[in-house]
Amino acid sequence: MTDFSTQGYLNMDLLRFTTAGSVDDGKSTLIGRLLYDSKSIFEDQYEAIRATSEKRGEEYVNLALLTDGLRAEREQGITIDVAYRYFATPKRKFIIADTPGHIQYTRNMVTGASTANVALILIDARKGVIEQTMRHTYIASLLKIPHIIVCVNKMDLVEYKEEVFKKIKKDYEAFAAKLDPIDVKFIPISALNGDNVVDASKKMNWYKGPALLNSLESIDITNDQNLNDARFPVQYVIRPMNNEYHDYRGYAGRVAGGIFKKGDAVTVLPGGSSSTIKSIDFAGASLEEAFAPMSVTLTLQDEIDISRGDLIVKSTNVIEATQEIDVMICWLTEKKLQPNGKYLLKHTSKDVRCIVKDIQYKVNISTLEKMEDDKTIGLNDIARITLRTTAPLAVDKYNINRNTGSIILIDEATNVTVGAGMIN
Amino acid sequence: MKNHNLTHLKELESESIYILREVAAQFEKPALLFSGGKDSIVCFHLARKAFAPAKIPFPLVHIDTGHNFEETLTFRDDLAAKYGAHLIVSSVQDSIDTGRVTEEKGFNASRNALQTVTLLDTIENYKFDACIGGARRDEEKARAKERFFSHRDEFGQWDPKNQRPELWNLFNGKKHLGEHFRVFPISNWTEMDVWQYILQEKIEIPSIYFTHERECFMRDGVIYAHSNVIPLKPTEKVEKMQVRFRTIGDISCTGAVLSKATTLEEIVDEVASTRVTERGSRIDDKRSEAAMEDRKKAGYF
Repeated sequence: MTDFSTQGYLNMDLLRFTTAGSVDDGKSTLIGRLLYDSKSIFEDQYEAIRATSEKRGEEYVNLALLTDGLRAEREQGITIDVAYRYFATPKRKFIIADTPGHIQYTRNMVTGASTANVALILIDARKGVIEQTMRHTYIASLLKIPHIIVCVNKMDLVEYKEEVFKKIKKDYEAFAAKLDPIDVKFIPISALNGDNVVDASKKMNWYKGPALLNSLESIDITNDQNLNDARFPVQYVIRPMNNEYHDYRGYAGRVAGGIFKKGDAVTVLPGGSSSTIKSIDFAGASLEEAFAPMSVTLTLQDEIDISRGDLIVKSTNVIEATQEIDVMICWLTEKKLQPNGKYLLKHTSKDVRCIVKDIQYKVNISTLEKMEDDKTIGLNDIARITLRTTAPLAVDKYNINRNTGSIILIDEATNVTVGAGMIN
Repeated sequence: MKNHNLTHLKELESESIYILREVAAQFEKPALLFSGGKDSIVCFHLARKAFAPAKIPFPLVHIDTGHNFEETLTFRDDLAAKYGAHLIVSSVQDSIDTGRVTEEKGFNASRNALQTVTLLDTIENYKFDACIGGARRDEEKARAKERFFSHRDEFGQWDPKNQRPELWNLFNGKKHLGEHFRVFPISNWTEMDVWQYILQEKIEIPSIYFTHERECFMRDGVIYAHSNVIPLKPTEKVEKMQVRFRTIGDISCTGAVLSKATTLEEIVDEVASTRVTERGSRIDDKRSEAAMEDRKKAGYF
């Protein structure tokens, strides 16, 4: 464990993954196994779940208890909300967004998927590809998670047979062919016994690929960020107002795409005024370049009126601002989407109001069928809608950039986040 | 070709700075809850980076239980003076004196739970609409489910089953009058990340994080610092031990660990090889299986 302590951390990177599965397909056990076998569970945590398992009369230590954080979850044996878990190996730090598989699955899975590099989709080897599997895959594809790992779990219950694994792989590929191309890997595992989770299984010699942890450690995520289209949403304007920095005006933000360099010609959207990057500042130092997802502060050569909500782009790669956007929306609350309803819309650092101009169709997320007659959009539904905004927005398509291609809708009466949208 | 991949610490830093800037932009009167512990020190350091070359645009607020380690208080005052930060100290003793809370009695009495009242009173008095805290999701299982922007109702309560989903980098800080937010910029950091970052950035921390000789006694398997705030039971013996603290809280509920770590490198190595969570030495979490969840629902940090 000590090899990634004092020195190794300088070379580690960060991978975020989300897990999706149906009730009882062993998702919590798998996460428990990853944490336990990678020695990320501490003795007192293990002791606490051992005692609880024993109190409940369970035969073995229930690793699923590690991820059930709230009282109601432990009492009912279900997971209510997205839970975040952390572990690290000498190569990478991992953030797991663990999302529950039952009723509110879409809302939670969309939340977990929105920032993930990888989706782990669990399939019970005895049940094969089921409706839930297809829904999860569709959501992963819709949210543009760059990589998918399908874990065929409970291989121990099908005598570790290669035919079972092959059949599931074939069925899955047939379904996935209907979606946008995705990078998919398949791994036969037994989360309960630890086969192919951290260590290679001795019971499935027919499988030549890496164990799950090894896969997670080696997936190349350098291309997961868009490094071609330079985008910088202004979050906050820094004006020190002191003698030393009397005229300093810095635009603070996090690079949402591409690479900015000192001297680059830039355009500020939606206004359209242009300037040149004078400096890229960070914590008292001056940088030559900044790329996604770095938080920096830009200063420009010219004094132009820039505030929060403006988007700085390279002048060679400008997007046209629009007041009408076409989005795939995932609905997050019981209260239904109001046709012609008005909502507050958040896009990068900009807030505008919008009106629902059209509901084009609802998606049947099991069959991918477009339902043009059903325009009732409730909790967990996914629909394609048209929004008209009160002010122009400089947007990218979601499949070009997840940061500048996403929006949320907020109900102005309750302030609740009601919709998550991906721009077409 | 140049490498356009950030290390995990760089990416975490960038995410936290993004959150801190969102707070400054979305709220009218934010504050940084500052305990003098390593997590709030890291938050302060990140805030300095986020707003440089300007000063951080919010005050530091310390809820002082009156049972703090002397070293922590000295550190707090020095830090505020060095960086010209505005420091507000609210005292639990005042809440006791004015009858807002009643002191617990007995050998295991602690002012930990009383802090909630002082904290909520402070938020109300100063009309803070966002309080930034150094809590991390890896600390405790209820915290694993909390959002970066955590909504509190007009009574300061957390409703874990009714949290707003957080998607992409879009944080919804909208609220009604009287409500506020708790914001946790280092949610995604682990204890190890915090120590590696302190080492990488050479951040100053209070001396009691390093090993020192201290008068201690054992109770229920925990090493306590001997002080006038915890009464000794007749069977308990005070002895000199070589210890350090992994977390810094109220003296009455913070356990020490035996340690030889004199440098940050040694602390990182120690954390890497340890097999017990840092909150394992926090007595406040052990009161029941859902101790943290219950306190958080009531408005705790």
